[in-house]
Amino acid sequence: MTAVLEQTAGVAASSRRGAILSVRDLKTYFATPAGEVKAVDGLSFDLRAGQVLGLVGESGSGKSVTGFSIVRLIEPPGRIVGGEISFKGQELTGASLEEMRRLRGRHIAMIFQDPMMTLNPVLRIDTQMIEAIQAHERVPIAEARARARDALGKVGIPSPEERLKAYPHQFSGGMRQRVAIATALLNQPDLIIADEPTTALDVTIQAQILAEVQKLTRDTNTAVIWISHDLSVVSGMADEVAVMYAGRIVEAGPVAEVINAPRHPYTAGLIGSLPSRNRRGERLRQIHGMTPNLLDLPEGCAFRTRCDHADEACRREPGLFARHGHVHRCFHPCREDA
Amino acid sequence: MTMTIETTAERRPAVETPLRRVLREFTRSKLAVLGLLALAIVILLAILAPAIAPQDPYDLMQLSIMDGRLAPGAGSMDGSMVFTLGTDSQGRDMLSAILYGLRISLLVGFLSAMAAAAVGSALGLIAAYVGGWIESIIMRIVDLQLSFPSILVALMILAFLGKGVTNVVLALVIVEWAAYARTARSGALIERRKEYIEAAECLAIPTWRILFRHLLPNCLPPLIVIATVQIARAITLEATLSFLGLGVPVTEPSLGLLIANGYEYMLSGEYWISFYPGVALLVMIVSINLVGDQLRDVLNPRSQA
Amino acid sequence: MPFWFIKRLFGALLIVFAMTIIVFVGVSVIGNPADILVPPDADQVERLRIVTALGLDQPLWKQYLSFIGNALHGDLGTSFVFGEPALKVILQRMPATFELAFSALILAILFGIPLGLYAGLRPHGLLSRSIMAGSILGFSLPTFWVGLMMIMLFAVQLGWLPSGGRGETVDVLGVRWSFLTADGLRHLILPALNLALFKISLVIRLTRAGVREVMPQEYIKFARAKGLTERRIISVHVLKNILIPIITVIGLEFGSLIAFAVVTETIFAWPGMGKLIIDSINSLDRPMIVAYLVIIVIFFTTINLIVDFLYTVLDPRVRLESGG
Repeated sequence: MTAVLEQTAGVAASSRRGAILSVRDLKTYFATPAGEVKAVDGLSFDLRAGQVLGLVGESGSGKSVTGFSIVRLIEPPGRIVGGEISFKGQELTGASLEEMRRLRGRHIAMIFQDPMMTLNPVLRIDTQMIEAIQAHERVPIAEARARARDALGKVGIPSPEERLKAYPHQFSGGMRQRVAIATALLNQPDLIIADEPTTALDVTIQAQILAEVQKLTRDTNTAVIWISHDLSVVSGMADEVAVMYAGRIVEAGPVAEVINAPRHPYTAGLIGSLPSRNRRGERLRQIHGMTPNLLDLPEGCAFRTRCDHADEACRREPGLFARHGHVHRCFHPCREDA
Repeated sequence: MTMTIETTAERRPAVETPLRRVLREFTRSKLAVLGLLALAIVILLAILAPAIAPQDPYDLMQLSIMDGRLAPGAGSMDGSMVFTLGTDSQGRDMLSAILYGLRISLLVGFLSAMAAAAVGSALGLIAAYVGGWIESIIMRIVDLQLSFPSILVALMILAFLGKGVTNVVLALVIVEWAAYARTARSGALIERRKEYIEAAECLAIPTWRILFRHLLPNCLPPLIVIATVQIARAITLEATLSFLGLGVPVTEPSLGLLIANGYEYMLSGEYWISFYPGVALLVMIVSINLVGDQLRDVLNPRSQA
Repeated sequence: MPFWFIKRLFGALLIVFAMTIIVFVGVSVIGNPADILVPPDADQVERLRIVTALGLDQPLWKQYLSFIGNALHGDLGTSFVFGEPALKVILQRMPATFELAFSALILAILFGIPLGLYAGLRPHGLLSRSIMAGSILGFSLPTFWVGLMMIMLFAVQLGWLPSGGRGETVDVLGVRWSFLTADGLRHLILPALNLALFKISLVIRLTRAGVREVMPQEYIKFARAKGLTERRIISVHVLKNILIPIITVIGLEFGSLIAFAVVTETIFAWPGMGKLIIDSINSLDRPMIVAYLVIIVIFFTTINLIVDFLYTVLDPRVRLESGG
């Protein structure tokens, strides 16, 4: 089970076993002139080897910050203020900078959102890929180059040998994202954190990239945290899904259960707004109201001001309720048949 | 990362005149305020020089060759005065010479910067508004001139014209107009596409009126920034040219010439003749630059967001 | 050779041509050269003979044509003061100026880039603030006054370094160089530093601005996510990006170093062509002035052309756009 939380006592202990990544009560805050922004506020989940977790939420829900917190690449004014991140038994929140560096790219790789921005425009592809290998291993340059070439081949880049000598601007967006994925795969990491890697791409390219990543990670038994605002993308490839709202997980569980029987009204709203889930001619449902201002969250349940189910009870902080490895943070969950 | 953090900027009260905003943002930098204060004092000293200088340094009757090259703090032979900053080879009080020198330096600097601003902005506006071959000729000359260092252009002109205050000012204007022209043109090119200019054109308002009453005021902020920088540059350049013996004549010594006069006494350790005029020059230029730096931040439309 | 380059080459030639006209007219129209050329004690006949011999009785355009004709043969006139071809005199002085300007350029890079990097990477540190304050000062300080103060401090008060001249030189390929002897180097330090001061400030500011612009980029974050060392990120990812604009500017600034050498050479009695032009202006040696200006114009136009070219070679993005 993935997205289980400490509060669900009995389950927690068993879930930690076999987990390569275990996040507990993670808090990442941003100190801004206007006040402290709690971008991630008490997040917990586990991830087993080879498992794909979809992390879903609106922009500002803290999903990207979660990803960057795990590899400790949060930039000031952001700061991890509490919680534990345990990766293969190693505690990351207290790890030294050098320990973190050795981990990044070697054991935990990342893929970013905008492929146009992630490759250095003045360095050739081979330089940028070979350095990713040589940062972690003493490998002769020819061997590193061969590995880079093979990685490019694997992600479906034609004539990789020649493309190695190219500069990023000579690639299309989709091709650049393939290069970034190949780079992430170079050192056969245990975990890949993909931060909206297909959002900036055309729909057809999106599907290709999705299929590619799915195949490659399955072959190598690599765990993936797939961050996306698009529930439909996640539902196609993830084993488990966790829905974030205002810095917290509001619902999590096996993907089929969450999609087919959402319990949190927010999740239900997200699913309702997917065109494919609606019947022809029926109006698309939508979540009314605006994305929350993290500086000015309502007391109690953060979603209650946008929620149709909300009542007086929601003025209190909802805890996590669990049933069969499917958790939700709501006093008035939607019924199974809803 | 997709994080949107609201800043306090949006919560500011909406009623604030532009001038007030500039003033408030300007005073945020203590250094800039200090610069402005220093500049005000320098200008005041220059204006009041005849009233506050211990002596008239160019009234030969007041000078005594006996007082020549006295160290700072020494008294005159006849005991009538103390030379706070020493004297030069002719027994001239350096403090008085500096106060008078400030006048010339500031005058030349401001005069040339203002004239260059007028000529440059006018040509830049015309280039942007009229376009066509007039624009390409003006901008070609601007490009050409900006590709040569200022000192070289000034040197060339003074080589043709010979020295003198008027010639120096003329040379500085020729050196500096191009920067204004470029700035005015790029500002005007953006402005002229806006609707209020189109509206003015439809009302058949005369071209010169559109140029100077409508276009110019809206291109002013970057021009003001350029002007502060250019005044500092003009003063430095004038000092440099005078130091090289190509600038102002000995009868109207600016700070640069005072420094040059001390050059030959430097090797024998009489530093003050060159040192103090240089300090005065430095204070003046640094304070102008500090003001200019802050003005750039405040007036830059990009930084206003 | 690509078409755009030929076009720019042609434009450059046009500029040189136009500038020769300006220089020639400027020098000829203002003041009467005959007054300077003819000895004061010459009589009317003698005077006429000299004027005819020099072609000063010809209309201006004819004078200009013969000037251009001669210039194309490498004859820019004969110096009144030296009694030698102006071009030869200038060429003799040129290496000294180049040596000085080049040393200043190296100092600017050597000091400017590391200081700018530091100030850009730790923008709020005390040292960074001091560096930036220093750079404002470097911009504001009048070069000539700093030169004097350097002489005052290091030559007069401390006696560590000589106050002027080139010192001992070594002949290499028929040209005298100071930097090859210990004494020559000692003579070179102060003037080179003086000339470099402004450029150091410039490079610091450029480097800092570049670092501040590059550091928040996604590709730097991605480089971190790859587990690269901070050292590698700065020395390769950051530096390679900011080096392009810096090199462009430094290249352009080489010309201005040559120009500002006029001041430094005068202060430190450095026998280069900058000191030569000042002396020539003061002694109204018109052929020298014309020759100097023509050479400088050619020189600057060439520099601009080279920088244009370098820029295209260095930045792969520009290359692609102009190549297509």
